[in-house]
Amino acid sequence: MIDNTKKIAVALAGNPNSGKTTIFNSLTGLRQHVGNYPGVTVEKKEGACRYKGYELNIIDLPGTYSLTAYSTEEVVSRNFIIEQKPDVVVSVIDSSNIERNLYLAVQLMELNVPLVLAFNMSDIARQKGLVFDIEKLSTLLDVKIVQTVGNKNKGIDGLLDVVLQTSGEPAKNLASLINYGSEIENEIIKLQQKFPDSGLSKWTWIKLLEQDADIFKHINNEEIVISVMESILRLKSILGEDPEIIIADKRYGFISGACMECVKSTIESRHNHSDMIDSVVTHKFWGLPIFIGLMYVVFDLTFRFGELPMNGLELLFGWLGRFVAGFWPEGSDNILKSLLVDGIISGVGGVIIFLPNILLLFAAIAILEGTGYMARAAFVTDRFMHKIGLHGKSFIPMLIGFGCSVPAIMACRILENNRNRITTILIMPLMSCGARLTIYALIIPAFFRHELRGPVMWSIYFIGIALAVIMARILRITLLKGETIPYVMELPPYRMPTMKSILLHMWERGWLYLRKAGTVILLLSIILWAAARYPRIETAKLADLNEQDTQTAMLKHSVIGRAGTAIEPLIKPIGFDYKIGTALIGALAAKEVFVAQMGIVYAVTEHDDISVLQQKLSSDYTPLQGFCIMLFCLISAPCVATAAVTRSETGAWKWAVLQFGGLTAMAYIITLIVYQAGRFLGL
Amino acid sequence: MTAQERIFLKDAVDNLKVRLLKIEAGQALKARLAAMGLLPGVQFKIINNGHPGPFVIDFKGSRIVLGRGMAGKVVVKPLES
Repeated sequence: MIDNTKKIAVALAGNPNSGKTTIFNSLTGLRQHVGNYPGVTVEKKEGACRYKGYELNIIDLPGTYSLTAYSTEEVVSRNFIIEQKPDVVVSVIDSSNIERNLYLAVQLMELNVPLVLAFNMSDIARQKGLVFDIEKLSTLLDVKIVQTVGNKNKGIDGLLDVVLQTSGEPAKNLASLINYGSEIENEIIKLQQKFPDSGLSKWTWIKLLEQDADIFKHINNEEIVISVMESILRLKSILGEDPEIIIADKRYGFISGACMECVKSTIESRHNHSDMIDSVVTHKFWGLPIFIGLMYVVFDLTFRFGELPMNGLELLFGWLGRFVAGFWPEGSDNILKSLLVDGIISGVGGVIIFLPNILLLFAAIAILEGTGYMARAAFVTDRFMHKIGLHGKSFIPMLIGFGCSVPAIMACRILENNRNRITTILIMPLMSCGARLTIYALIIPAFFRHELRGPVMWSIYFIGIALAVIMARILRITLLKGETIPYVMELPPYRMPTMKSILLHMWERGWLYLRKAGTVILLLSIILWAAARYPRIETAKLADLNEQDTQTAMLKHSVIGRAGTAIEPLIKPIGFDYKIGTALIGALAAKEVFVAQMGIVYAVTEHDDISVLQQKLSSDYTPLQGFCIMLFCLISAPCVATAAVTRSETGAWKWAVLQFGGLTAMAYIITLIVYQAGRFLGL
Repeated sequence: MTAQERIFLKDAVDNLKVRLLKIEAGQALKARLAAMGLLPGVQFKIINNGHPGPFVIDFKGSRIVLGRGMAGKVVVKPLES
């Protein structure tokens, strides 16, 4: 009898580009969420699916070619299967590339997990002239096979039926599916006989002979380790090759034997049109210009198209603020009003405002990834990005960083390698973002002659890029050094991404941002709001001041004002006074707040032209100080939104703190050198 | 024309068909290539010797990119076309 309340855990495993994600999307639709596996930055995607009275929890494991211990993704996938024991594992296979995809499937079989093979993209395989004898293959491999077309939702119900059926059956013992040849098999028998009480499965013994570091870590018995090492040495001398290579060879041999009987190919290549496109987009000379052109389009889409909804959101939150403020009499100084209007509404507005950029950027990324261009982009940029110790793909988030660090840091998810990803995230604030442009727009015209304005502006941007390159290099040889994963990558054939997959990708990222980073940004902006407002000044002292002077006095009296004054001795050597200090602290909320805070410090009304403030600045400071303000704002402490998103994307406060502290210290030292050297030169 | 005996992959020209003889590299790289099926004995074709950039090969219908450094560690035997 079918138990109607039964819950089933289903893990999806498969090669990169096998269409695993399209199957996952077909199964779960919007009922999915993204998290991380504990302790690592590998993404964990889970989703729910209800079918025939069953509640299925679908886990999309990271895309891998194998189950070795050489990459975090493979260890994560393997440990998930071994430790969490999902009821069914679906191995998603790209039918047009069956041999390599079966390699992973065969390893899953050896793990004795209840397995179903989904021969995905079967339509493409048919077009390419591949004909399968599914029944025979299923018998040979002793596993159930379902043909699917993930992006067209075909075969999904059939897959679910087989998954339900398999979940009710006992797992098969397929540990001896493959004969590894008498030498290796004999060593395994010898080891099993020598340690009859070890409780180790055949799979574990094979893994040990494969010199799997992660499995070795779990073996406490030194005698076993020594015996295995002896076996490995013996095998090496007999076979003339590492046992793991022989083992891989036997698995492939088994697979091609099975395929030879069950797969008929009528046409050879599946790459005709892809090769044609590649001959242009990865061309020696045209590759890079095409890449840069496409990146320009991505940047433009993200920030120019994003502007319209952003302006709309700004209007909406402005209106909402005024609407709520309307419940109090005009000029009221009620705390609740201020908390609601200036704290919460503008805080939430400050969170939502990033959403259009994030959604548009991830739509662009979904298209680049879905078509297969992203792999080419990495190929094209690899030559020069490699020199600074980063992956070619790092170029894309770094470029987005010129618009805004928040979506840029989220875009670092396209980087598979953890060290690359964290390095790119840490240096991101050095890409001078759009918010900092408002600071330059205030300072540059105030201090520099017309003909110098362009060069000064470019020098700031250039300093940021140069520092980013230097820092990336330094991070990669110190804090984040270690093995660079050998650069082997598949160039998938070009495909047309489905609208559904693009929309799901946008939704997933947007929601992730709101849930993870949004809450922290809101909290931090409310704290900064309170710090700019409290402690209050007694009203008696403000009696004969006009509105602007009142604001100035209040800011000076607040936590931020006091902190700005308190750090004056510290920032004097870099040419700053308490006014700049106050504005800098206020600017932690968002870089462009610097301008507004300077306005308040100088008691300039909102109605005044910006030139009024510029005049006051140029009479108080030298051009050298002006330049130092820009330099400090460029390098120093990223805004709270950046810190929050760094934390949520790396999964640890330590990286956000390191970024914040490291950049501020670097800003201080560099500004100090520039200011003191400038003064020495009489600037 | 008789093909040369053995060369490094990095010295192979576009469109050349080769047989993989040996990978002179560390365990991690060997295992990674093995997982993709690139084992001694297999045949593949050079699509793009992207000098000085990465290297693209056609292996059983898929396009695989190898870093330049890697191509200097793979020994192949050119086959007559």
